[in-house]
This record gives sequence, structure tokens and C-alpha cells, in this order.
Amino acid sequence: MAKKDRPFALPAWAQAAPFGLVFALFFLIPLAFVVMVSFWDYNDYAIVPGFTFRSYVETFEGCYDQLPGLCTILKTYLSTVKFCFLVWLITLLIGFTIAYFLAFHVRSVTTQMTLAVVCTIPFWTSNVIRMISWIPLLGRNGLVNQGLVKLGVVREPVEWLLYSDFAVVLAFVHLFTFFMVIPIFNSMARIDKRLLEAAYDAGASGWQTLWNVVVPLAKPGIVIGSIFVITIVMGDFVTVGVMGGQQIASAGKIIETRLNALQFPPAAANAVILLAITLLIITALNRFVDIRKEL
Amino acid sequence: MREGRPASFYWLAAFFGAFLLFLYGPMIAIVALSFQGPSGGLTFPMNGVSLHWFEKLWSGGGIVDIKSAFVRSLKLGLVVMGLTVVLSTLAGLAFRKTFRGQAMLFYVAVASLIVPSIITSLGIALQFRLLDDAIKAYAPAFIADDWTTGMGLYTSALGAHLTWTLPFGLLIMFAIFNRFDHRFEEAARDLGATPWQTFRHVVLPIILPSLVGVGLFGFTLSWDEIARSSQAVGEKNTLPLELQALTTTVTTPEIYALGTVTTGVSFLVIGAALGAILLLRARQARHGSDAGKGMV
Repeated sequence: MAKKDRPFALPAWAQAAPFGLVFALFFLIPLAFVVMVSFWDYNDYAIVPGFTFRSYVETFEGCYDQLPGLCTILKTYLSTVKFCFLVWLITLLIGFTIAYFLAFHVRSVTTQMTLAVVCTIPFWTSNVIRMISWIPLLGRNGLVNQGLVKLGVVREPVEWLLYSDFAVVLAFVHLFTFFMVIPIFNSMARIDKRLLEAAYDAGASGWQTLWNVVVPLAKPGIVIGSIFVITIVMGDFVTVGVMGGQQIASAGKIIETRLNALQFPPAAANAVILLAITLLIITALNRFVDIRKEL
Repeated sequence: MREGRPASFYWLAAFFGAFLLFLYGPMIAIVALSFQGPSGGLTFPMNGVSLHWFEKLWSGGGIVDIKSAFVRSLKLGLVVMGLTVVLSTLAGLAFRKTFRGQAMLFYVAVASLIVPSIITSLGIALQFRLLDDAIKAYAPAFIADDWTTGMGLYTSALGAHLTWTLPFGLLIMFAIFNRFDHRFEEAARDLGATPWQTFRHVVLPIILPSLVGVGLFGFTLSWDEIARSSQAVGEKNTLPLELQALTTTVTTPEIYALGTVTTGVSFLVIGAALGAILLLRARQARHGSDAGKGMV
């Protein structure tokens, strides 16, 4: 290696510059364009620069007239929020239980890490494959239906197992419980085991220890996992599309539909609305924890 | 601590087992079904065992252009992997010091993770669309005349993938450097090493196994990416996008065969990465440190 006369260290900002540049070019500027174009006008052929609320007005068209009934956009958001809440609750319960098992019941660190990696591996494989892998199980002639019919639980195969709300929630849980397990496990792994012994010695029952010691200390992981799961479900259109048989609406799917029709300004307006709602949820969650401290 | 296993251990272990079955069971099902006989369908039972659907996939008979999509995704994944490792390492080093806009950059990276992918994708699509319009309107004729679009695999799609892989890279770098012992570097400096020598001979060998992990995230996240690519990919689709389109049109086990191949690539990469990490760790244990040899 060539020996330099003067030690020269790259200044920190220069080291961070390429990283920052990627986000400037492919995240910040594009977001600014989304906001800008959401106020543009459009016709059948092109988008027209300008400043109009047309896209927003059209998005909420009829919402006031239909009161107390719900217009399409509100119904869609309601359905998305419903998915969000269900998936959040289920992934939280499963994720917490799995992380608790790994952190407090598996004694050797090597086994802990191995099992954590085993839980992570599916995350590194294709989501679409993991979605379609439910077809042989849940389809009309799938294993579950075959079993149910054979056992005499139902006479006809059950239809709602696939391409339904149920399938969507199942797929979300299947795909994204990972995002709960790892942060919660990470938080729990740092809990000083002596605290649990102290609680035990002080006469706390298992549940009391869990609720008053483990849960508060695992809160950062819970919040981080929740942020991940909620934002993914809020913006999703792939899972809802594939598992819902392209029949179920979602906030993300509105944007996709508009884009397929090449209606950029309404797509952008919907993106801005989705972004605002997502940020609102995160800000609310962020009040509970400082993410950066927890890494 | 209390001796023996409490009853809750067995309940939780059973729950964990059930969870693993839930995670892996469906995947095993489609791998099995991809070896379905020629007359077999999308569900069990198997009508014989054959490589029929793989052959069909390979010959390109049923599904259009899957091979080139495969190659495209592979190349893009490798480029994303390389850039993710290099840029994250640099940024990780930068974040150990202070610089202006540090907190801002961190929040932007985290925001990129949690802003719904479709929005980022839409933004990039708009950006390139407006760029194309601007070039066609204002650039000198020799550029503007032949210009179709700036969108493509290594421009818009690459950028879109990086906004997804780099935040993971940075978070892993934080985890690495939080546990990094500064005294190694100080020792190197005291012995007269230049900053580059310190990095090359001290820091890099220590963090190398973790960098393999960053690379693993970089490749696999790109290999399977859909939502961000969906609007930003340009004319030629990546493999996951083709696959997503096929879910509505293909009704033969061919799609399972494709799934098996894709998952096989993922597992190869994961296996290679984990193997490399273990090898590097073992090497470190042999050469790098006298930890555990009696010194405190």
C-alpha cells in the first residue's frame, strides 16, 4: 500500500454524502414532486402544471352528500384501518410471545441466535411466493377444505378461506410478524435477568412480572415493530391484491388504480392523504419512545 | 434462577414450533407441488412426481420471457448489494463522528423505510416523467430527438431499491458500531497507522462478518422487491413483478416451479452469506484476537 506523507481522513460529511445523495435524489425530491403534482390539473392525455384542488375535491366527491352514509374513499380507508388494527393486534400477540420465548426461555445465546435467524429466513424470500403458497392449503380444493370435508365439519368446501378478508389478514400476519419478533426480541434481550428474579423474590406472580416488568421494558421494541407493521399494511396494495383476488379495496390500491389509468394528479393526491394519515399514526406512536436510543 | 423448566416453557416451545410450521409449512407445500406430475393441478394430491413443470419453465414454453427477467433481477440485485454495502459502510463511519445534518439524514433514512413504498415509487415515476418532458422540450436536438425515457433498471429502479435497502444497511451499521471497541483504532493510531490503514487493517476485518449481513439484506430485499419497483421499473419488469402478474393468469404448477426456483436462489444466497459469516468469525477467532486466552 502506498504510504501517505500526511494522514488524511475523509471528513464525515463526505463519507455520508453518497448515502445522503441517494435519499435526496430518490426519496426527498420525488416526495416533493408527489406533493406538487397533487395540485396539478390533468386531462385524458397529459398532466397540466397549475394549482388546483381538483384531485382532492374529486377524491372526496360525494362524501358530504352521502352523510351519514360513507363514500368510497372513507369506506376504503375504514377497511384499510380495520386490516391495520387486526394485523397489528395479531402480529403483536404472536411476536411478543415468540420473542418472550426466545429471550427468556432459551438459555444459550447460540441457540437464541439460531432460532432468531430461523424466524428471519422467510423474510429474505419472496413475498409473492409466500402469498401464493397459501393456494394449495386454502383453495377450494386445498388441504384445509379437504380435511374439513373429510372430518364432516362442512359438507361443501368453504369459499372464504382464499381471496377474502380472512386470507388478506392471514397473509399479512404470515409475512410481517417478523417485524414484531426482531425488535421486541432485541429489547427483551437487554432486560437484566436479575430484575425478573427480583420480581419473583418480591412475590410477584408470573403474570404480574410479565405485565409490570417485561412489557414496560420491551416497550421500545413493541413501538418500533408496531410502526413497521402499521405503515406496511397502510400502504400495501400487493398483498391485498393477490390475497383478495384483486377484489378488495385498500388505500394503496386506490393509488395503483389511478396510476394504471395514468391519472397522475389524483394518484398523487391520494398519496399525500395516505402519507398524512401514516405520519399521524407514527407521530402518535413516537410519543412513546425515542427510536434512535434503541438501536 | 429457579431450577428446571417451568410448565410455561413447554407451552411456549409448542407455540414456537407451531409458528415455525406456520412460517415454513406453506412454502414446503409449494415446493412439493412444483414436482407435480404433468397432469397434476394446483392443489394436492400429487399426480405422480416429475420435473415436467421445471422443464416447461426452462424452455419458456408457458411463461413469456421469464429467463431474461430472472437475469435482470439477478444483476440488479448484485448492483444493489454492492452499493448498499459500500454506501452503508461509509455512512456508518460518518455517523460515528459528527457532521451537519446528521440527525436530519438519520430521520430521512428512517422515513424512507416507513413511508409507504407505493408513494416513493410514484414519486420516482413522476420525477422521471417530468425529467423526460423537460429533456424533450429543452435539451439540444441531438439529445432530445432520440430521447425516449430516463427510466430504467439502473436508474429509477436502482434508486428505488436503494431507498429500501440503505436504511436497513444503516441500522445494521449502527448496531455494529455500538458494539465496536474504540481502543483497537486508538491502538492502531498510536502505532502510527494512517486513517486508511486503520480502516483497512483494523476496522474492516472486525466488521467484515457484519458487512456480509448488510450485503445479504441488500441482495435479498432487492431480489424480492415489488412495491417500490412497481411504478419505477420502466419498460422491463423484474422477476417479482412478472411473478405478481402471473398470479392472476397462470393456473398450472408452473408458477410453483418458478416459486421454487426463486426461493432456491434466496436460500442459496442466505446459505452462502451465513456460511461466509461463520467462516469469517472462525478466522477472526483463529487469527484476530487473544480473547479467551486468559487476558482480561
